[in-house]
Parts: sequence; C-alpha cells; structure tokens
Amino acid sequence: MPPFLYIFLGALAVVSALGVIIQRNPIHSLLALIATLMTVAILFIGEDAVVVGFLQIIVYAGAIMVLFLFVIWLLNLQVETGPTGHLALKLFGSLAAALLVTELFFILAPPHLQVKFTHEPVGYGSLASLAGTLFTDYLVAFEVTSVLLLAAVVGSVALARRLPGTDDPRAARKIAS
Amino acid sequence: MTIELIAGAIKAILMIVAGLSLSLFLLYFERKGSALIQDRIGSNRATLTGLGKRMGMPNLGIINTTIADPVKMFTKEDFIPAGADKFLHTLAPFLSLFPVMITFVVIPFGDTILISGHRIGLEAANLNAGALYLLATIGLGVYGAALAGWSSNNRWALLGGIRATAQMISYELAMGLAIVSVIMTFGTLNLQEIVRGQGGVWFGFLPRWAIFTQPLAFVLLLVAGAAETKRIPFDLPESESELIQGFFIEYSGGKQAVFMLTDFAEQALVAMLLTTFFLGGWQIPWLMRDGFHLPGGAFLALPALAVSLMGVVAFLVKVVALCMFLGMVRWTLPRFRYDQLMRLGWKGLVPLGLFNVLVTAFVVVATGRVQ
Amino acid sequence: MIPLTYMMSLSAIIFAIGVAGVIIRRNILVMFMSIELMLNAVNLAFIAIGSRLGSMDGQVIVFFVMTVAAAEAAVGLGIIISIFRNRETVHADDLTLMRW
Repeated sequence: MPPFLYIFLGALAVVSALGVIIQRNPIHSLLALIATLMTVAILFIGEDAVVVGFLQIIVYAGAIMVLFLFVIWLLNLQVETGPTGHLALKLFGSLAAALLVTELFFILAPPHLQVKFTHEPVGYGSLASLAGTLFTDYLVAFEVTSVLLLAAVVGSVALARRLPGTDDPRAARKIAS
Repeated sequence: MTIELIAGAIKAILMIVAGLSLSLFLLYFERKGSALIQDRIGSNRATLTGLGKRMGMPNLGIINTTIADPVKMFTKEDFIPAGADKFLHTLAPFLSLFPVMITFVVIPFGDTILISGHRIGLEAANLNAGALYLLATIGLGVYGAALAGWSSNNRWALLGGIRATAQMISYELAMGLAIVSVIMTFGTLNLQEIVRGQGGVWFGFLPRWAIFTQPLAFVLLLVAGAAETKRIPFDLPESESELIQGFFIEYSGGKQAVFMLTDFAEQALVAMLLTTFFLGGWQIPWLMRDGFHLPGGAFLALPALAVSLMGVVAFLVKVVALCMFLGMVRWTLPRFRYDQLMRLGWKGLVPLGLFNVLVTAFVVVATGRVQ
Repeated sequence: MIPLTYMMSLSAIIFAIGVAGVIIRRNILVMFMSIELMLNAVNLAFIAIGSRLGSMDGQVIVFFVMTVAAAEAAVGLGIIISIFRNRETVHADDLTLMRW
C-alpha cells in the first residue's frame, strides 16, 4: 500500500469515526460507521488480508449494519434535540480518550513490541491459507462459534418477541391515558 | 508497465460504457418488447424531422427510447420534498448506482489478446478474489434503496425501502450459496479462471459449461438475481398498485432516471454473472485457441485475434439473450405476495442452496480434486 | 509496507474515539455503534501485526471477532428493542431503576 493511500484512508477512517460519535441523527451516525468499516476493510486489503477485508464488507457493512438500520427504523428514532448532556462528562470523555491514545501509542510503539518481522509466505491472506489455518489449528473454536451463533439467534428471538397474553405496554398506556 | 496501465483504464471505461449501453438497449426492449408481448404498439411517436415517416418507414420507437425519454427525464424539475433529509436524499441514487457500476470491472468479457508483444487479458480487473469482490459490492447495493426510502419522509417510500432491504438481504444468501457451489466446482475465486475452466468438451461434444454440472445453482442464481434486481415477479419494493412507486416515489427528474438506470444495469449485471458462472463466459462451444474442433473430428483453423474477438461477441450475445429472457419473465409473470416472497427465499432457495453446496462438496472430495 | 507504528497509531485513535463515544453519548444505539468501532480498531491491529509476522493467526482471530460481533449485534439489538418496548426510551440516563 503506497503511503499516500494510507494517509488518505487513515484520515477518512478517523473523520468518519468522529462522525459516528458527533452526529445527532442515529441514521447519520450509522452511515458514518459504515464508512469507517469500509475504510478499515480497504486497509485490511492493503495489508494483504484480502479475504478478511472482503468478508468485513460482506458481513459487517452489508449485513450487521442493515440490522442496526432496521432497529433504528423500528424504534422510529429521530434527531436528538434538547440539551446534549453534561459538559463535564464530555470534557472528561475527551480527556480520557486523548490519554488513552497517548498510552496506547507508547505501549504499542515497536521498540516495546519485541516481534521478529518476517516476510509473508506465498499465498498469504488467500482463501486457501485462511481456510487452512481455520480448519486445522482453530477447528474447535470454529465449531464452537456455530453454537454461539445458534445461541444468539435463539436469544434474540426470545428477547424481542412479545409473550402471548401480555399486551404491548405502549398500547396499554395509550389506552389508559 | 505503461501499456498495461493504459489498457486497464481503457478496459474499465469500456466495461462501464458497455453496461450503460446495455441499459439503453434494455430500456428499448422494455418499451417495444413489452408492447410486442402484450400485443400493443408501443412508443412510436418521436421522430427526428419526420424523415423516416416521409420515406414510408415504420417508426420503431428508437428515437423515443434512446433520445426523447432520457432528455425528457433529465430536463424535468429536480424536486426535494419538505422534511426530507436533503443530503441523503441526494446521495441515495448514486449509492444505488455506484455498487452496480463498480461490479462490472471484474467480469471477464474475453480471452487474452496480444498487443505489440504484451498479452492483455480481456477483463478490467483480474482479481484473485473476484467472486468475493462481487458479493461485497452486491451487498452494498442495499443502502441505496434503504436510504432513498428513509430520507424521502414518505410512508410509502419507507415501506418500499424496508421491503427492498429485507428482500435483498434474504436473496443475497441464496445468491451467495449458488456462487459458492460454482467456486467449489472450479476451485478458484478468480472469474477469468472460472471461465477458462469451462473450456473444452465432455464426451467429445458437450461443452464443459457449469450449467451442465450445476443446474440447480443456475436456477438459484437466476431466481435470486431476478429478486436482487427488484423486478417483476419480485418488484414488491416498487409495486405500483400498492406503494405507487415504492422507495423512489419522491424522486423526479435526473435522480429518478438514475434509479431506473440502476434497475437496467442490475439486470445486465445479473445476465453477465449468469453467463460468467454458468454459460461459459466468452467460451464458444468447440472453439479452442487455434480454431474450431467440431465433434465429428473436423477442424477449422482460425487466427488468434479472430478467436479472441469472437469470444467477446459470444459473451455479448449470451448476455443480451439472458437479458431478453429476464425481460420476458418480467412481462409474463404476476407479482408475488410478500409472505410468498419470504417463504420462497428462506424455505425454498436457502435450503436448496445448502443442499447443493453439500452435494458439491461430496462430489469434489470423491473425485479427489482437493489439494 | 507502511511502518507498524502508523497502523498501530491509527488503531489506537479509532479505539479511543470508540471509548469517547461510549462515555459521551447517552443514546444506547450510538453507544453500541461505538463498541463496534472499538472492535474494528482491534481488528486493524490484529491484521497489521499478523501481516508483519507472516502468520495467519491474526486474520483467523479477526474472522472470529466478526462472528462474535454478529452474535453480539443480534442479542444487543434484541435487548435494546425490549428496553424500548418497556421504557419507551433509548437514553441511557433514563434507565435508573437499578441505581441507588
């Protein structure tokens, strides 16, 4: 990946990530998040993780974010109006974030990392090499993941459904008032 | 290096121009072909200076559909409704067109040609992960329809947007499964290699097209592709009789034209995908690099350039034929009901696709084609 | 190749933005999106280090993180829907039933 591309993508990722937490309309936040995900996916591809980068676009940007979109529609969330919350909290939050960046920067600077860099083997990041690792060294984890997904499906259905006999509390309240 | 770069740029532009011209052809077919099917006359009014009429020629409606209609659409008022999210309302048409247009670049439309000693592959981008790229860009097409529906501040538009999103997400799964079984058959994600793998013949006469080994996947991709394009019988997001025009009801002028263009470009894209994955792409039956090897043992030698160009023409012929088939389906079948649509997607196509992947996996392992 | 420091700095900045989002914003959905931001920052670090070590483990872990994120999104959004159904709010400060 040429350096100018990294600078462009990095700036785009940071700006859109800021957009996620600054926008007052949830849909705009979501769009900024999608932009961040796409940029990070392109960075993945630039780092020779081609399959994972495309998977990020297919699964994250193409499916999980649509789930968010549906929930925003379902709850009919509008632009947040009124006071934006405590100023002190915001100040504290920004300060904590800045401190975190500094700290992470010092911890993650390569002199401390002590890793031996090697050249990537042939076919690094291809589907064959990913599958080769996934279905040998990580086979048990892979199988357990399927159970996790099943549990998530059952759990989300159990959480979101209305029990028979119990009315929608919103409707009940509307009738009462 | 430079000649490859220039060739790449030319090929990318060529592919997008081809997509747009195919869309224009489909617009023409939509008007006159539907008229033919429904025993109407169709558009026959606009002429340039009335020349053809004076010479006694029938008006075929070419001027109507290729010049008059687009000019009319792009010169109409561009209206943004009150209370709409102006930014997203403007962005949505382009969000829906962009993924389709960038998908065209991975489709191989020919073999290689030799230009001044450089062998140039006839595909705009020869990606090793081409099939994944394709699934990724098709997956992003959801957002155009979804945001158009939401940002219009109109209930019909929102309903259309919700329907479009749910439908596209559901049928993407079946589409992915169909593509996965083809990938397993050929053992590669590279579309050009998938097409190469479909060269040659079985039993001396049957071309090695994937439609003969993966007929179920072909049907799956055909149905799921028709659903992805949101056209009859899957046009619930824009059904005129229920939602008037669905997610782009509040669009007018050029932006409306962009949505219609997306429709036609998607149709062309689905035809290209079907051709590439199942109908041998640019392969012509019995045609090898050096000429025709007919089943009877006859041989007809041809120069390499002619073979390459014939491949491009063959690809175009297949794509246009499939486009016309999709158009005929559109003017023949009635619309699904929404629950039928979801049932077909989740209880019909997805289990069939999984079954097909399973069988393909067994066959691939049994024939020992695993590294 | 881009120096590792640059990639890690980008990852750290995105992670910190995610943390700030969880602290500053009071909308549960936006807080949830900030969590996704943090996950992505970590993924970026995994990929960057993995490609420099020439090992596929980083990419496999990112694959698992994506799967877990999908499961987490499904359950988390289910919880948000049921909160909204019972309390008619997605504002974290309004959920004070368990506060003392």
